Amino acid sequence: MIAGFETVNTGTITLDSEDITQKSPNQRNVGMVFQSYALFPNLTIGQNIGFGLEVRKMDKADTEKRVREMLELVHLEKHIDKYPYQLSGGQQQRIALARALAIQPRVLLLDEPLSALDAKIRVELRLEIRRIQQTLGITTVYVTHDQEEALLLSDRVVVMSQGHIEQVGSPAAIYNYPATEFVAQFVGQLNLIPVTEVDLKKNTCKIGGQTVKFEPSPNRQISAEPRLAIRPEEVHIGTGEGRNALRGRVESVLFLGSVVRLRVNVDGALFSADFFNERRITLPRAGDEVIISFPEHSCWLV
Amino acid sequence: MSNKPASNPLEKRDAPKARPAPLPWRNWIGVIPFFIFAFLFIVLPSVTLLVGAFKDNTGKVTLSNFTGLLDPSILNAYWVTIRISLVTAIGGGLLGFLMAYAVTVGKLPTAVRSALMTFSGVASNFAGVPLAFAFIATLGRTGLVTVLLKDILGINLYDQGFSLYSFWGLSFTYMYFQFPLMVLVITPALDGLRKEWNEAAANLGATNATYWRKVALPILTPSILGSMILLFGNAFGAYATAYSLTGGFINLITIVIGSQIKGDIYYNPGLGYALAVGMIIVMSVMMAFYYMLRRRSERWLRQ
Repeated sequence: MIAGFETVNTGTITLDSEDITQKSPNQRNVGMVFQSYALFPNLTIGQNIGFGLEVRKMDKADTEKRVREMLELVHLEKHIDKYPYQLSGGQQQRIALARALAIQPRVLLLDEPLSALDAKIRVELRLEIRRIQQTLGITTVYVTHDQEEALLLSDRVVVMSQGHIEQVGSPAAIYNYPATEFVAQFVGQLNLIPVTEVDLKKNTCKIGGQTVKFEPSPNRQISAEPRLAIRPEEVHIGTGEGRNALRGRVESVLFLGSVVRLRVNVDGALFSADFFNERRITLPRAGDEVIISFPEHSCWLV
Repeated sequence: MSNKPASNPLEKRDAPKARPAPLPWRNWIGVIPFFIFAFLFIVLPSVTLLVGAFKDNTGKVTLSNFTGLLDPSILNAYWVTIRISLVTAIGGGLLGFLMAYAVTVGKLPTAVRSALMTFSGVASNFAGVPLAFAFIATLGRTGLVTVLLKDILGINLYDQGFSLYSFWGLSFTYMYFQFPLMVLVITPALDGLRKEWNEAAANLGATNATYWRKVALPILTPSILGSMILLFGNAFGAYATAYSLTGGFINLITIVIGSQIKGDIYYNPGLGYALAVGMIIVMSVMMAFYYMLRRRSERWLRQ
């Protein structure tokens, strides 16, 4: 809709105080990077980047200068005379970014630009995108299903579900203070533990026979089947002053590389607890009895 | 002491392959019928033609058949055949392209596309005597359409200079199988145009016309030209339709070959073979062009 490829049923789209709702895509001056790169296969890299400038009838010398600047920006100066099929997926996407930026758009749209790339290239390229965006200081709308990508790249995250905005906020606010259950579950890992005997005055509830104190959340609706929400990295082994402490039994130890995940059964409820891996890490084994703990401000009721 | 090389103990430990690679000759079994067919109906006739083209009626080696190709009536026959092939390739190509465009990029309902593709599949193979008869019955001097136009609209096609049995009449008849062939050949190429290219062009400020001029048409050009060359070859080798419709009134090269081989007053199989060799050369050149353009198109579309 921002680019003008979808029809708007209601509402308006305003850009720089200008209503662009009814403008055709070629009159919006909005740069877009597609998931599938969408480079023109019959044009060289230089011609692809210069396409928008040529359409705008920019002077040939200026066009060439801008094309070279853009290629420098994405570190692909040597590939100016190649065709898209001669570049890797990551390189093609960088060229697509350079092409979108060459027209100096008022806003840059990136529609899942990294989803077609393999994991390693994706990690490299997202840092590259962030660097270019920061260098140019251009307002950017970045669509992604990758939560890590969203949190890493954004100043402001909009979490959407079924066409509705669930929450708008900084990456830290979205992760640490999710406004809805959907956001809490969608962004990052989350324990959702069924609880009983909820006391909203004392902010306590029970898991099996054990009592837990939680942080009050006055604006949040609590469902008929309340659950305690807590991130796995907040759960520690052992007790601590002022922390909720629960006795349980380790069900499994999952090695995930940089993280080791323990699955702990507390009176029938399964908690995930994440620990950073170390070479000499010593963790309980499956079947061991343990006490897990977490501060009351780290958990909330949904 | 044995001089046998010691077997590598590691080799013995290798697990047997779950599915051994098939023997190479088995891979060729499926295409053997094709090779037999190609040998019997392409290689053998070509060799026979080539050998026969260098023999006279008594079986002696001669070059007179090839010098005979320079006869004005034969050169004219080649010229007429090339002209009619060009006209129908370009006309059928353009019409077929526009129709294929309408059902692919033009976003007509799927039912229209299915109907057009089915019709094209049938019509592109509907040639020869039945096609000639169908056109005589509709656009002949007393054909249904001719009479209807005359009775209802007062237009007499034949008074206006049209004749089904002329160059343009024959070209019109050829169009019936030429444009459907174009539809069949060019539709996949049009389907290959990615929506994102159009969107990216629009996003960069291009109008639809600019997109077609700078992106879509250059991408499609090899396919369009390749398809038109195919249409050219299709018309160039046509015989039965022209012969049934005009009875040899139009001097096409295929009709000339027929008259040289059939044994009427022009009987000279050697010349017929030389004419056919000339056709093979023209067609080979066309196919070479087609192949080159096709390769170029595929290179662009590789992702």
